[in-house]
Amino acid sequence: MTASSNSSAADSSGRSASALRPRIHLANRRRRRELGAAYLFLAPGFLLFALVILYPIVRAFQISLYNWSLVPGAASRFLGLHNYNRAIHDPIFWRALENTGFYMAVTVPGQIVLGLAAAVLLDAWLPARGLFRTLFYIPVVTSWVVVSLLFQYLFITDGGLINWIIHDNLHLVGHNIDWLGARWTAMLALSILGIWKGIGWAMVIFLAALQGVPVELKEAAATDGAKARARFRAVSLPAIRPVVAFVTVMLVIGSFNVFISVFLMTKGGPLDETQVLLTYMYRWAFSYLDFGYGSAISFILTLIVFVLAIGQMRLFRRPSEASS
Amino acid sequence: MVVGSRRRARALMGGRFTLLSLGAVVMMLPFAYMLATSFKPNAFVLQIPPQFFPHHPTTSNYTDAWTSNQFGHYFFNSLWVAVVTTVAAVLLSAMMAYALARFDFPGRTVAFGLILVGLMVPGMMMLIPQFLLAKKLLLLNSLWGLVVFYTGGNLALNTFLLRSFFQGIPHELEEAMVVDGGGPWTRFWRLVLPLSRPALAVVAIFTFLASWDEFTWALTIINDPSKYTLPIGIALFQGQHTTSWGLVFAASAIAIGPVIAIFAAFQRQFVAGIATGAVKA
Repeated sequence: MTASSNSSAADSSGRSASALRPRIHLANRRRRRELGAAYLFLAPGFLLFALVILYPIVRAFQISLYNWSLVPGAASRFLGLHNYNRAIHDPIFWRALENTGFYMAVTVPGQIVLGLAAAVLLDAWLPARGLFRTLFYIPVVTSWVVVSLLFQYLFITDGGLINWIIHDNLHLVGHNIDWLGARWTAMLALSILGIWKGIGWAMVIFLAALQGVPVELKEAAATDGAKARARFRAVSLPAIRPVVAFVTVMLVIGSFNVFISVFLMTKGGPLDETQVLLTYMYRWAFSYLDFGYGSAISFILTLIVFVLAIGQMRLFRRPSEASS
Repeated sequence: MVVGSRRRARALMGGRFTLLSLGAVVMMLPFAYMLATSFKPNAFVLQIPPQFFPHHPTTSNYTDAWTSNQFGHYFFNSLWVAVVTTVAAVLLSAMMAYALARFDFPGRTVAFGLILVGLMVPGMMMLIPQFLLAKKLLLLNSLWGLVVFYTGGNLALNTFLLRSFFQGIPHELEEAMVVDGGGPWTRFWRLVLPLSRPALAVVAIFTFLASWDEFTWALTIINDPSKYTLPIGIALFQGQHTTSWGLVFAASAIAIGPVIAIFAAFQRQFVAGIATGAVKA
């Protein structure tokens, strides 16, 4: 993949230079100049990238092995894997992991099903198609801070819009629900926000994939008398399977990165009931200044994300390999 | 037969339209209610039944937010950070992408691989070491600390997107410039960048919005209220004035206004960029 895209400028000068001696000299000089230019183009950005991204990645693991001291001059104490052992025996860490898992289990299918539904409905001409796409996408581009505060307001117990709809209007519940005051209702409210904010993203990607399905295929299925639903299952769904896999992996990763909404809506409370991995990490690092333990938690999170991502790619790959 | 199928097609389209309209109402309802509340006097923000059209509309939340709460100051901090970050990140990533797309040099595969690593590792994992690094570089509590880390943080994605776009530019065009004696720098500025305007617009928009909306890093390194950016200012509004929802949402409306305007204006490029790069905003 990379070899085919090399500089054809250097190639062509190399080829023409094989004819005459002086031109070889010239071509070599030009090639050297081109090589130098490549490094000059790469260097400024890459050095910054290495400093603020690559170096911290390596450091994160190192810090997690220490009782990190923030006091200048004071030595940090090497602890080995102690911080990881601490996490394993920390009940709130496990609760945070459970809550993160719950958030993933609700938001990933929610975004995929609703995003795919919206994409399918939009995958043919209809009035105001562009407007629908824009409206579904606006939550995606809106800042997490704003939508978190907005949903906190909507989920207020007395006077909130959600309770007014389901209690005062639909009479689904006998009393106003204290959404953010208890663990699972709060996790549900956070998940609803996650789904609402992410539908547009899944929709746009699915829509692009569906529009890539050859029209002849869809029409062939239609002339066979296949009903719309069977047609979708037989033609479109297999064709967009790799995209579904991609979206799933990205959403799983994204769900493990949930932070701002929890941080602002429940602050992990009441009594750490709604901590997720990142709010718990942030608490240890920046409230208690225990950088070692905070780093251990974020490193565990990274490992989980990698294992899940690789596992899913395996899972999604197998059936298509079997069929080919 | 033909008439029947046409009628069925029209019914089907009506069904799709109805479902999508319902969905759009659900998606937009929170925003509509937010806007309504931003025009309500504080006494009415939790009133039942809720008013989508305030009975006593007022613009005092907007004037309060902008004047008495330093909000205008936060707005310009955010604007400065986002603009400087966008210029720096787009320029640096375009240069990197050009090197990776058009030159064959030792270490190219490794460099690209490391960029992919930077794309995949969750950003929050680096928060603690980045904080220690910013402390060492004396970038805590400074807007430059935001610019440097936002720029570095946006490079991987931008380079990834621009590299694939640059690879699509025909080699013949560059070869013609080489024959005319055009060096790499000339080709980059005179040929590659002008031909890549749509792709550059996409990465510029992504970078601008990412820096405009960024919360966690700013929260972590900025303490001095005169250096708050909009997201920090809004989050603290809620902390300080637990019940001033009108003020919070007036501030929010001011903050997301530019975002939605930019998105609406560049929607086509935006969606194309997301679909090709498959980026999560």
